[in-house]
Amino acid sequence: MITEIIIAGFGGQGVLSMGKILAYSGLMDDKEVTWMPSYGPEQRGGTANVTVILSDERISSPVLDKYDIVVALNQQSLDKFAPKVKPGGVLIYDNNGIHTRPDRTDIKIYPIDAMGATLELGNSKAYNMVVMGTLLEAMEYKLPMENVVKGLKKSLPERHHHLIPLNEQAIEKGRTLIH
Amino acid sequence: MKGNEAIAHAVIRYGADGYFGYPITPQSEVLETLEELMPWETTGMVVLQAESEVAAINMVYGGAASGKAVMTSSSSPGISLKQEGISYIAASELPALILNVSRGGPGLGTIQPSQADYFQATKGGGHGDYHLIVLAPSTVQEMVDFVGLGFDLAFKHRTPAMILADGVVGQMMEKVVLPEQKPRRTDEEVRKQCPWACNGRIGGRKRNIISSLELESSRMEVINERLQARYAEIERTETRWEEIGTKDADYLIVAFGSIARIATKAKELAAEKGIKVGIVRPITLWPFPTEAVAKAAEGKKGILVVELNAGQMIQDVRLAVHDKMPVEHFGRLGGIIPSPEEVLNALENKIVNPKSEA
Repeated sequence: MITEIIIAGFGGQGVLSMGKILAYSGLMDDKEVTWMPSYGPEQRGGTANVTVILSDERISSPVLDKYDIVVALNQQSLDKFAPKVKPGGVLIYDNNGIHTRPDRTDIKIYPIDAMGATLELGNSKAYNMVVMGTLLEAMEYKLPMENVVKGLKKSLPERHHHLIPLNEQAIEKGRTLIH
Repeated sequence: MKGNEAIAHAVIRYGADGYFGYPITPQSEVLETLEELMPWETTGMVVLQAESEVAAINMVYGGAASGKAVMTSSSSPGISLKQEGISYIAASELPALILNVSRGGPGLGTIQPSQADYFQATKGGGHGDYHLIVLAPSTVQEMVDFVGLGFDLAFKHRTPAMILADGVVGQMMEKVVLPEQKPRRTDEEVRKQCPWACNGRIGGRKRNIISSLELESSRMEVINERLQARYAEIERTETRWEEIGTKDADYLIVAFGSIARIATKAKELAAEKGIKVGIVRPITLWPFPTEAVAKAAEGKKGILVVELNAGQMIQDVRLAVHDKMPVEHFGRLGGIIPSPEEVLNALENKIVNPKSEA
């Protein structure tokens, strides 16, 4: 099985680090993984995106044009990537600041209030983990939570390891947003 | 781990003696990771940010002349600056490793991925009749493996080796297995391995002179002939490539580095449409796997060469297969990466169902 994902949003929303945690979680679950970021000026506030592929077999292209799952965290990303969800695929987007909504009927669309949920948790930095919770819940491939926690440990520097329980909490919160 | 970070780990673990660099996107993580890992405190390896690319390559020249395993890295515009030094190192018959995480040019160009340095890397980027051994990694694992391979080949043939990567393999993260830490060679071992090195006349051995200057033409011709004999030997023994599904294919795609992986995805998409495509991925760009391409091309209906440039490796592919079948090029320029779907479209429009020109 292969899951092809793109996560896109503003630089600073935690798009790249969310992709990194997802890739490491897959790695801990014995998958082949690739993590391919857009790089350069995006890191300083423009749009950033990262392609993450999780697969049972050797991964060919790390660069894609069609995705099983698109996560769009701003209008620009939604406009750009909604047409690139494979038929039958999944589109997750944060409602915040979205004025033009996608009208595709051949895919599953989950508009979520990730920012609202994050504020309920009381730490706005957990935003990307709330979104990741929704993504994990929407994925056909069920990544065991214990390996997600291992992925968090692997990708966060030691000095941030005390925040792992908060991140777990945020992921669990994110999971509830599509039910 | 990112490709650039993987390079830093690999060069330490190889037991290299020195790295000399100057930052430039998209390969600055090589120097950054080395500074973070601080190998001077563990293996004793030197890591130095030089004042410029030119200084860095000349430090490599000096280190290599003393028999040390040394490398530098940069990206396209920086590699252009290093060309004089590279030509000197080749002429002086010294081993060294140079990494180019290439970006879109010409000029300062863009920081996005490109393969437009193929000619520069394989045809002699500096002046004179010389070659580098050029390795093209397509995975982060190969970034790691080619550090060891590059150094080994460079020392075996006393010829500088280049890893020609691109922004995709440099910036991408993948699973990697790092080699065991090798100890750095002792002075004694360096003397034994490199009797030509300028590292002090212990035991009254005769003077070693390393220079690229020889004003006596008859002697300079001998040096050139020796270089050419060595290049012929490398062509005979060190050609490397990978083939995917070439045996029962009707068409071939020839591509290197990260683009070979995009082409492999295009091959999978083509199979869904009933089009049988095989992939030839040159791993050594010089020496180019001429015979392998010719052999894989036998009986095929056409070849698409996919590169992130305006058509460079296609010349070597055409030389390999002569005019036995159509050979067409597909490339994107300036840092744009084509999707697998685009590659498949190009294959269909240029090779499978070419539109007849009115």
